[in-house]
Amino acid sequence: MKKGSGRSRFVFLCAAPAVLLFMIFMIIPTINVFRMSLFRRSAYSVNEEFVGIENFARLMSDENFIRSMQNTILLIVVVTIVTFAFALVFAAILTREEIKGQNFFRIIFYIPNILSVVVISAIFSAIYDTNNGMLNSLLSLLSGKTVAILWKGETVVMTSLIVAMIWQAIGYYMVMYMASMASVPQSLYESAGLDGAGRITQFFQITLPLIWTNIRTTLTFFIISTINMAFLFVKAMTSGGPNGASEVALSYMYKQAYTNSSYGYGMAIGALVFLFSFGLSALVNMVTRREPLEF
Amino acid sequence: MEQTKKSSAERLYKVFIYVALITLAISIFVPVAWVFMASVKENSEFYGNPWAMPAGFYIQNFADAWGKARMGEYMLNSVLVTALALLILLVVALPAAYVLSRFEFRGRKFLNAIFMGGLFINVNYIVVPIFLMLVDGDKFLMGIAGSGFLLNNIFVLSLVYASTALPFTIYLLSGYFSTLAHDYEEAAYIDGAGYGKTMIGIIFPMAQPSIITVILFNFLSFWNEYIIAMTLLSDPKGGKTLPVGLMQLTQAQQSAAQYGQLYAGLVLVMLPTLILYICVQRKLTQGMTLGGLKG
Repeated sequence: MKKGSGRSRFVFLCAAPAVLLFMIFMIIPTINVFRMSLFRRSAYSVNEEFVGIENFARLMSDENFIRSMQNTILLIVVVTIVTFAFALVFAAILTREEIKGQNFFRIIFYIPNILSVVVISAIFSAIYDTNNGMLNSLLSLLSGKTVAILWKGETVVMTSLIVAMIWQAIGYYMVMYMASMASVPQSLYESAGLDGAGRITQFFQITLPLIWTNIRTTLTFFIISTINMAFLFVKAMTSGGPNGASEVALSYMYKQAYTNSSYGYGMAIGALVFLFSFGLSALVNMVTRREPLEF
Repeated sequence: MEQTKKSSAERLYKVFIYVALITLAISIFVPVAWVFMASVKENSEFYGNPWAMPAGFYIQNFADAWGKARMGEYMLNSVLVTALALLILLVVALPAAYVLSRFEFRGRKFLNAIFMGGLFINVNYIVVPIFLMLVDGDKFLMGIAGSGFLLNNIFVLSLVYASTALPFTIYLLSGYFSTLAHDYEEAAYIDGAGYGKTMIGIIFPMAQPSIITVILFNFLSFWNEYIIAMTLLSDPKGGKTLPVGLMQLTQAQQSAAQYGQLYAGLVLVMLPTLILYICVQRKLTQGMTLGGLKG
């Protein structure tokens, strides 16, 4: 093919709109997160004032921020471990066993993933409602006396949040694991079965090692998406309450930067959480490194 | 003897996995079905047992949600924003993905790398800088034209949606384009077709399955999105998208207790995604593993 000016014009015309939009709405705002974290800007002051690392220094002694980070880390650890275990086991059952209605179960399990978090939050609010909620009335029925647990109260709100987040995530990861498990050759299980290896041995000796690459990828997803999903759930379900008991890092960022108009301070939180999620992903990636197995 | 012992353990195991599968299926299916049931209950019924069947078919809830709670108007906004964003996304991303994956030009590696990097930028971090950019833009427009139009504008919202979906979409489409043989273009060029004609007439039709996957995923994420919509459509009396309107209704519901309207509103948000899901569920779960990077 000749390389004339027509060719470069074509390339330019095709790529330019995408590059332009990407620059304006993603690259510049991302740079701004980091730049603004070094400034003080509020809704009332017109000019930005350079304050260096003052915002970050203030964060270190901000109890609300520390609490929101603790909550975030709690969610990352618990939601990841529980969802991971359930998704893996259910994926193994649905791919390895002869189950009637296998397709039906897969379809049902994936439903939460297509619902808006607003819808899921409203559903869980109806479940957790103290007086007329599904959960309390079910417990009353089972125990024979009136149960009125405050599921969104200060002490249990995090647990309630965790349950909702796991409910949302299981299907997504299960389908991911099912896809990679389906590519493990059947013959490996057959020969292992002849050698007398049971289901559990097969799961740990064949399935897990062979889908390890996929598991590592999903662990990174877990970290990044739990940080984001926690924000969406908190925003729609609890608004961080009661008394900040369910505040997470990004919801605190949003509160400071948008509701409170302390833009610089909010962006310092954003920058820190961004770096934190990257650091943690890199760490997990390093710790889980194994020689990839061929099959 | 040994044989019967083994088979009874086997049977116990089968029972156990079915119980586990059915429990999870129920825990997902029942809350969703419950919302549909609650959406036709009269308000007074919400103070009784939440598990009671609706006394009648109280359709008035939907009329109230549609009119009084302005859900009809919000629905129209959501349809417009989603359709417009999908249109912009396809028009911008398809040509860009095509040249980025199939043409050699200077800066191509760099562009591919920054779009890849864009996969790791989540909108939750950059939503406030985008908001501030639009605020500044409006101030500037106010200075020269007397009025700003960037905030509370559903066209701008669609543009932001499309832009933030670019990295994932280009990643997915490029992956498909790069698997095609170069012979297709060579043949078209020999027949005298230009670059543009070859791209639109030959390559895009071949990419139809990937394009459908792109539309499906982005439809779900645009339709369900509410953080950006809530931030950029900030006028309390102005237009909103359906999830944002719904979230407002959940918050108002705590004081006004308009349960019926709330659940009718939830059904309105869920129904389009559920219908779509039932029609294309296989394609969706397959497509997910193809471009599984969307956390």
